[in-house]
Amino acid sequence: MASLGELERAVMDLLWAGHEAATANTLRDMLAQSTAAQGGAAGHEGKDLAVTTVLTVLSRLEKKGLVERERGTRPHRYQAVSSREDHTAELMHEVLGSAPDREAVLARFIGSVTESEAETLRKLLGHS
Amino acid sequence: MFWTSYFLAVLAIVLAWPVPILLSRAHWPARDPFTAMLLWQVIGLAGGLSMIGAMLVYGLEPVGDNLIAGLQALAGMVLYNAPTTSLGFWHLFALSAAALLTAHLVFTLLLTYFKIERQRRRHRELLTLLASPSADGTGTVVINHDSPVAYCLPGGARSVTVLSDGLMAALEPAELRAVLIHENAHLNQRHHLLLWAFAAWRQALPWLPTTRLAQEAVNSLIEMLADDVALRTESKATLIKAIAIVASGSAVPQAAPVLGPAGLPGAGLQLPDGAGSGSASTTASRVSRLLSPRPPLPAALRATVVGVCVLLLAMPTALLIVPGLLG
Repeated sequence: MASLGELERAVMDLLWAGHEAATANTLRDMLAQSTAAQGGAAGHEGKDLAVTTVLTVLSRLEKKGLVERERGTRPHRYQAVSSREDHTAELMHEVLGSAPDREAVLARFIGSVTESEAETLRKLLGHS
Repeated sequence: MFWTSYFLAVLAIVLAWPVPILLSRAHWPARDPFTAMLLWQVIGLAGGLSMIGAMLVYGLEPVGDNLIAGLQALAGMVLYNAPTTSLGFWHLFALSAAALLTAHLVFTLLLTYFKIERQRRRHRELLTLLASPSADGTGTVVINHDSPVAYCLPGGARSVTVLSDGLMAALEPAELRAVLIHENAHLNQRHHLLLWAFAAWRQALPWLPTTRLAQEAVNSLIEMLADDVALRTESKATLIKAIAIVASGSAVPQAAPVLGPAGLPGAGLQLPDGAGSGSASTTASRVSRLLSPRPPLPAALRATVVGVCVLLLAMPTALLIVPGLLG
């Protein structure tokens, strides 16, 4: 049995790649297929994958705010809340902070290096 | 007792205002980031201690000759309803202020901790879905992003260093190694704890401008410390190039006198909360200390600073505790 973490990742990959909502059943079949395609022991794991496990994974992802359920239909169809790129952008925004002004960074940097330092830097960066 | 409170108050004011301003303007910290780091920690710690101590000592003055006797008398009043008539209005005011300030500092420290923890957990959750393990070793993952970005996410055994595709593409192997060593140095030297403490300090006393100075100085000093670790194995040119590429945001800097037009500051972001992100001055001082290195601090001067650190910590503690032990 693959760990829940790995399954979460696999499910998100499918949802991000698929662009449209999918039921737990569909997702299970796709997961079984993709692991079967890899062959060997992985294929065996895929066959054992129960729909309830997929539902568990989906509800965990829902709690984390990564997937949402379409309410009206039965069985429920799931889709990713936002794209892979948006999530990456969210992380990068956290890391880089609320965008310290790049121009200001550069201006300050250039203002603070001496001429000889700038010369050394130019050489290092391949402008020699 | 009386003079102790005045002395502590003066010490608190000196540590809260002129000393951090002077230190933030000094040039020697770039020559010895470790000692400077020590001094900033001591300033914060001794500053807080003397602030609280001054009020405590003043408030307890009528009921005890020293802090320990005073605290015993206070415990009697609080727990056993001993008469409080010996305390005047201002004594009670000072005692309440000391209690409130202590609670405020501790509470802010905890609050900041949980805030950072929550953000990191969320960040780690997303990383496990978005990033793939890198070939460079365990604890390193690669995320799909064009800007050259490198940072580490502290979390005990689950600490992870994150590199972007853009970074991998822009850097030569040696430069990449330098960046990885730099990030690992942040993790090994537990820089996130320093960032946490100083972020909390600033959060707790936002009206005190020197808490901002302290945080900025610490942000920049930890980058220098991590750079120094990278310099042990990688050449200076490699490291400077790596920093410049990350700061310029592209592999081939075009136009502009020195660097490319876009600049993502800092190769060494360590806290995903923005507080740790390298600022313009940080990148500038990092590169310029590598480009025109100055000799390390003379041993005598270094010993003096360490001595001052010990004294600063020992003084408020001694003034508060020793009279009680002697008497």
